[in-house]
Amino acid sequence: MAFSEEDFQIMDSIIKRYPRSRSAIMPLLHYVQSKAGYVTNEGIEVIAKVLQLEAAEVTAVSTFYTQYKPTPVGEYHVGVCTNTLCAVMGGDAIFDSLKDHLGIGNDEVTADGKVSLEHIECNAACDYAPVVMANWEFYDNQTVESAKELVDSMRAGNPKPPTRGPNKLVTWKEASAVLAGINDGLAHEGVQAGEPTLLGLKLSKEGK
Amino acid sequence: MTKLAPVLSAHWDEKDSFTLEGYKRHGGYTASAKALTMDPDAIIQLVKDSGLRGRGGAGFPTGMKWGFIPQGDNKDHYLVVNADESEPGTCKDTPLLMANPHVLIEGCIIACHAIRAKHAFIYIRGEVTHVVRRVNQAIADAYAAGILGNGIDVVLHIGAGAYICGEETALLDSLEGFRGQPRLRPPFPAIAGLYARPTVVNNVESIASVPAIVNNGAEWYQSMGTEKSKGTTLYSLSGHVVNPGQFEAPLGITLREILDLAGGVRPGHKLKFWTPGGSSTPLFTDAHLDVPLDYEGVAAAGSMLGTKALQIFDETTCVVRAVLRWTEFYKHESCGKCTPCREGTWWLVQILRDLEAGKGTEADLAKLLDLCDNIMGRSFCALGDGATSPITSSIKYFREEYIAHLTQGGCPFDPVASTLFAGAGA
Amino acid sequence: MTTEVVDMITVVIDGFEVTVPKGTLVIRAAEQLGIQIPRFCDHPLLDPVGACRQCLVDIEINGRAFPKPQASCTIPVETGMIVKTQLTSTVAEKAQRGVMELLLVNHPLDCPVCDKGGECPLQNQAMSTGQGSTRFEGVKRVFEKPINISSQVLLDRERCVLCARCTRFSEQIASDPFITLNERGALQQVGIYENKPFESYFSGNTVQICPVGALTGAAYRFRARPFDLVSTPSACEHCASGCDMRTDVRRGKTLRRLAGDDASVNEEWNCDKGRWAFKYVTAVDRLKTPMVRNASGVLEEASWPEALAVAAAGLKAAKSAVLVGGRATYEDAYGYSKFARVALATNDIDFRSRISSDEEREFLAARVVGSSTTYRDIDKADQVLLVGFEPEEESPIVFLRINKQFRKRALKVVSIGSKESIGVEKLKAEFVKVAPGQEASAIAAQSLTSKSVILVGERAAESTGVLSAVAALADATGAKIAWIPRRAGERGALEAGAIGNLLPGGRPVTDAAARVDIAAFWNTDSLPSEIGRNTSQIIEAVHSGKIGALVVGGVDPLDGDNSSATLAALDKAFVVSLEIAPSAVTERADVVLPVAAVTEKSGSFLNWEGRPRAFDAAVSDSLNRSDLRILSMIAEEMGSSLNLGTVTAAIKEIASIGKWDGARVSLNKVNASSQPALTAEQALITSWRRLLDLGTLQQGEENLAGTARRTVAVISPKRAQALGVVDGDQLKISTTQGSVTLSALVENIHDDAVWAPRNSRGSQLLVNLGVAHGAVVTVVKA
Repeated sequence: MAFSEEDFQIMDSIIKRYPRSRSAIMPLLHYVQSKAGYVTNEGIEVIAKVLQLEAAEVTAVSTFYTQYKPTPVGEYHVGVCTNTLCAVMGGDAIFDSLKDHLGIGNDEVTADGKVSLEHIECNAACDYAPVVMANWEFYDNQTVESAKELVDSMRAGNPKPPTRGPNKLVTWKEASAVLAGINDGLAHEGVQAGEPTLLGLKLSKEGK
Repeated sequence: MTKLAPVLSAHWDEKDSFTLEGYKRHGGYTASAKALTMDPDAIIQLVKDSGLRGRGGAGFPTGMKWGFIPQGDNKDHYLVVNADESEPGTCKDTPLLMANPHVLIEGCIIACHAIRAKHAFIYIRGEVTHVVRRVNQAIADAYAAGILGNGIDVVLHIGAGAYICGEETALLDSLEGFRGQPRLRPPFPAIAGLYARPTVVNNVESIASVPAIVNNGAEWYQSMGTEKSKGTTLYSLSGHVVNPGQFEAPLGITLREILDLAGGVRPGHKLKFWTPGGSSTPLFTDAHLDVPLDYEGVAAAGSMLGTKALQIFDETTCVVRAVLRWTEFYKHESCGKCTPCREGTWWLVQILRDLEAGKGTEADLAKLLDLCDNIMGRSFCALGDGATSPITSSIKYFREEYIAHLTQGGCPFDPVASTLFAGAGA
Repeated sequence: MTTEVVDMITVVIDGFEVTVPKGTLVIRAAEQLGIQIPRFCDHPLLDPVGACRQCLVDIEINGRAFPKPQASCTIPVETGMIVKTQLTSTVAEKAQRGVMELLLVNHPLDCPVCDKGGECPLQNQAMSTGQGSTRFEGVKRVFEKPINISSQVLLDRERCVLCARCTRFSEQIASDPFITLNERGALQQVGIYENKPFESYFSGNTVQICPVGALTGAAYRFRARPFDLVSTPSACEHCASGCDMRTDVRRGKTLRRLAGDDASVNEEWNCDKGRWAFKYVTAVDRLKTPMVRNASGVLEEASWPEALAVAAAGLKAAKSAVLVGGRATYEDAYGYSKFARVALATNDIDFRSRISSDEEREFLAARVVGSSTTYRDIDKADQVLLVGFEPEEESPIVFLRINKQFRKRALKVVSIGSKESIGVEKLKAEFVKVAPGQEASAIAAQSLTSKSVILVGERAAESTGVLSAVAALADATGAKIAWIPRRAGERGALEAGAIGNLLPGGRPVTDAAARVDIAAFWNTDSLPSEIGRNTSQIIEAVHSGKIGALVVGGVDPLDGDNSSATLAALDKAFVVSLEIAPSAVTERADVVLPVAAVTEKSGSFLNWEGRPRAFDAAVSDSLNRSDLRILSMIAEEMGSSLNLGTVTAAIKEIASIGKWDGARVSLNKVNASSQPALTAEQALITSWRRLLDLGTLQQGEENLAGTARRTVAVISPKRAQALGVVDGDQLKISTTQGSVTLSALVENIHDDAVWAPRNSRGSQLLVNLGVAHGAVVTVVKA
């Protein structure tokens, strides 16, 4: 794909957020993923050009961070937390069953390009364990069955909504644009907090 | 019995708590309005007097950190908020930002004023799309309302998956557009931080605590907590408990008290081990239920308060498996800069995998401990140190369990028994 | 003269006191005591990084001990500091042993097949501070074995200890961040962006400073063991930077050359040409015996006495002149200079076998000979002005030195030229863009101070009025001038008087006292007093019959702007050629005398500073003689005596003559010529030689040639639009002599100019077009 004039304008506005242009390299990489789905060579060269860097310097940064993908991922990228707490509480079982169910391994994509799978590290939702992320939206308190239903719904083209997130799951590219700092207007959707988040407050109001 | 004291979380149960309107309903942005009329040094003094300490793990006094910023140096100063919450078990800043991003923005305004900064950056981890939306919208709304943009700007910077960027100097390198590897210190960020300018790096919860301190005074904040650990904080309870969740309480509450509130360990099971402040803090056991969870109390008992991430594991959990998984995490997240952490975690994982599979001898435990000794305090930053904590503390408390793996030639635990859906037909 | 006051600090290391300047790192303070703390990432010329953790030591300051061992490569000494290294602290000893064990966890231990074996810091320090055996029984990280990151450099990632010396060098010293650390954790690895190889002019330094065998040079790979090599200190013959070098020879054959360590010149660096272009000595068919042209016009082998006799007779029979190339050593140039005056009784001698001018000759005599601007002046300069000079291409160590100050303190650099170069971009220099030939007025407009330095390249002679303007600017501001020719021998030849207006030591030939001076040293009655002919006048004089014989040493006739006239003159005159290999000159010579190549003889070059760079013969079994000795023999045969049988004799004689302290030649102001009118299809050509090109000393180096910059023709956006040309289209540049057709590159260049490399593959302008700078050419879309 080629980057359009509009893309260059958006990239320019991203660069202008910062006092020094090089700081924009991370949002620009997210932006490249929002357009190309992953970090393409073209994307690296475009970023190098707009930031006046060597392509090697952009590569050095893009390969450091696990969210930047060197190869295409699915329209829905599913991350199963297998850090200790989630793993123990069911994350391992969920991840294993999803691999079987989808017929793909870690960091692989289904043939239809719909779903990719990755075991991820702690995603800061331990009170909702076991946790599954899809395009980095929260799917709390998962079971083997609920996780299978989730990926099935993705493959059917009608993904179940996140537990704490917008009313509808956005695609990988759309989520990448959000991570590039582009406001998609969905902030007001979804709950402000799940039950565990509110537990202490509730107990306090009960006088505890 | 310590009473819960919701301050940060006081209004999270209102459906629009994350909106500007919802925030203002309870006095939002009155503290920043007040602070902007105050002498910056008076704010620093107020925060010093409050006793607020860094909530990101290290517990460094926040006001003192602000006081390190050189004054009248005619340089740009920066505030950088560390919202790269990634320490295993830690899950307080993420729900806070989901439910109330404006309190952080208000804290940023106050902190910027105090340290004479015009620019604040919020470095948020990239794996939380909806939290990014909430914070980004809150910033946009604050600009639209004229709260931001009148001398103080807040920029949202989104990470891309690297635990090490929670280390403040790695975060700064990342924010400058480099690989997130820790910097040599000195110079410290207060002298040469972001873009080599004086910079304060604070945790989300630390900055979010400031508006209430400005509004209610240092004495009010001081009145909560223990002698050297003042105020309230978010304790995040997770794992094998009946009701996991966030508990905002004065510093010094004990796990026994929190477990009581949470309905205890799941029925039919008992506490085996837990982390007081994330996986990098040495493990505790049921012998530590009454340790006051403040900076001094936890340190005295041989661990660290850290991020107050209380991960609870019951007796169905294999400690070797748990430790192996954490070690794999450190290996995955090691930035690669220094030898002990990079090569050490590579090796530790292999030994632990063998041990979990029942391969090896007791001599391997000695080797493991000696390796930890060669990593701890030899690494460039605290990540390497943290990697050794679960290993050394677990061998301290559960040596017999390691040996049982070896004598039985494998793991004696049924992994299904520890799952949340055990018995639910999973 | 001001002395800088340096605070000194005394610390105790392993029980010994040492006093060092404030700011000294502990690891270096220990070196002062002879205590070697093991290290990998540490390098004295790179910023401290503290990454490898090999240099951990125990430190206490005023009784307060650090709770854990500290990296001695990152901590400066402090008053009251007590340091315990591995020699006196069991904690430090165990910490170092532990780190070493960890470093070897993922190292392949393939020392038996590794080029670094025998000179490997990892191997050495594993022996000195490691433990005999590892406790690691697991699986090592594997990578594909060596991958080419350029045609010249190979990377074996398994051997890499991730010290980041190479990536830090490339960024901090060369400003070529083409290699970077990629990935993370144990998978972290050095790498390039896959579509852009590591084509830095300085890439070889990374091979040299790699503390393991991860980076190797293709030329040396698997060729030798370090302990089989005989090392000789040497000086680089490729340019006027004056790098200190080391030449490693096995069984009479040079296998590699390394940058030597000279803090005041090249520090510890050199360029890839200096490092990797040395096969020319063996790549060509060397001349071994003298040859004489016989009655039927064919060159045939002859004995030395026979050849010398023919040469002497021929030179005595006609009015003779001397053409000596810019690669002669100082001593050889002195030999040519003396030979011209004593044996040939002429001042018709010129070392400038390139485009030159009489304005330049006067400038050299008036401003350059005997001058003493140095690298240190660049270090201290408030501003550097570049005139007719591309430091990265034409004197790479000068570039590194400017770059060092640019990175350290944002040294201001201004470059006057027609096309902005890569090097000028890297220095973030202010680029003053002028049409080719119109540099003089831009020079006059510069504001400098007495702390400024003007670096003038040899190409300044290619536009009239430029050197006059430089001299005027220096006079008006007090700025220092440094003249930086491309070739290693030119400054020495100037000082030796191998030019028509000067005798040795900068003595003007027109100055009677100077002539008396030299005549006394040379034990001769008198010396010619007329200013001699310059190179092109010598050629013209051959054609007009005023000169009948030439002594030619190390000259490539294609380097000048009138090569066909030069070749015709060589055909016409009686020519004595001193050469290492057959050439366009030997083909036309009447007597050919084989001489030693630079590695086969001792001698010295004077670098652009005028600093002697002496070297010994690296290869000892050559039968070839130096030019100096052969010139002496011809002179004897002619009945005069040079008394220069050996290099040592020449050195002594040069030293005894000393520098001229009388009046200098004055410089007549030369005005710039006005710019010719151009049609839409016409442009003014401009060019320079790239560091890596078709230079004769780079013959036989295919790997090196693979890293040369692409041959392109550069035009401005305005001209590109007018011609309807975009990057990559073919452009044809032509003159009445010929044309070149090159791939177009649209860049920052004066609208009236077109640029192409002067001597690169597909673009040898002096041969193809007969012009190189300032001349009108036709530029059309091909």
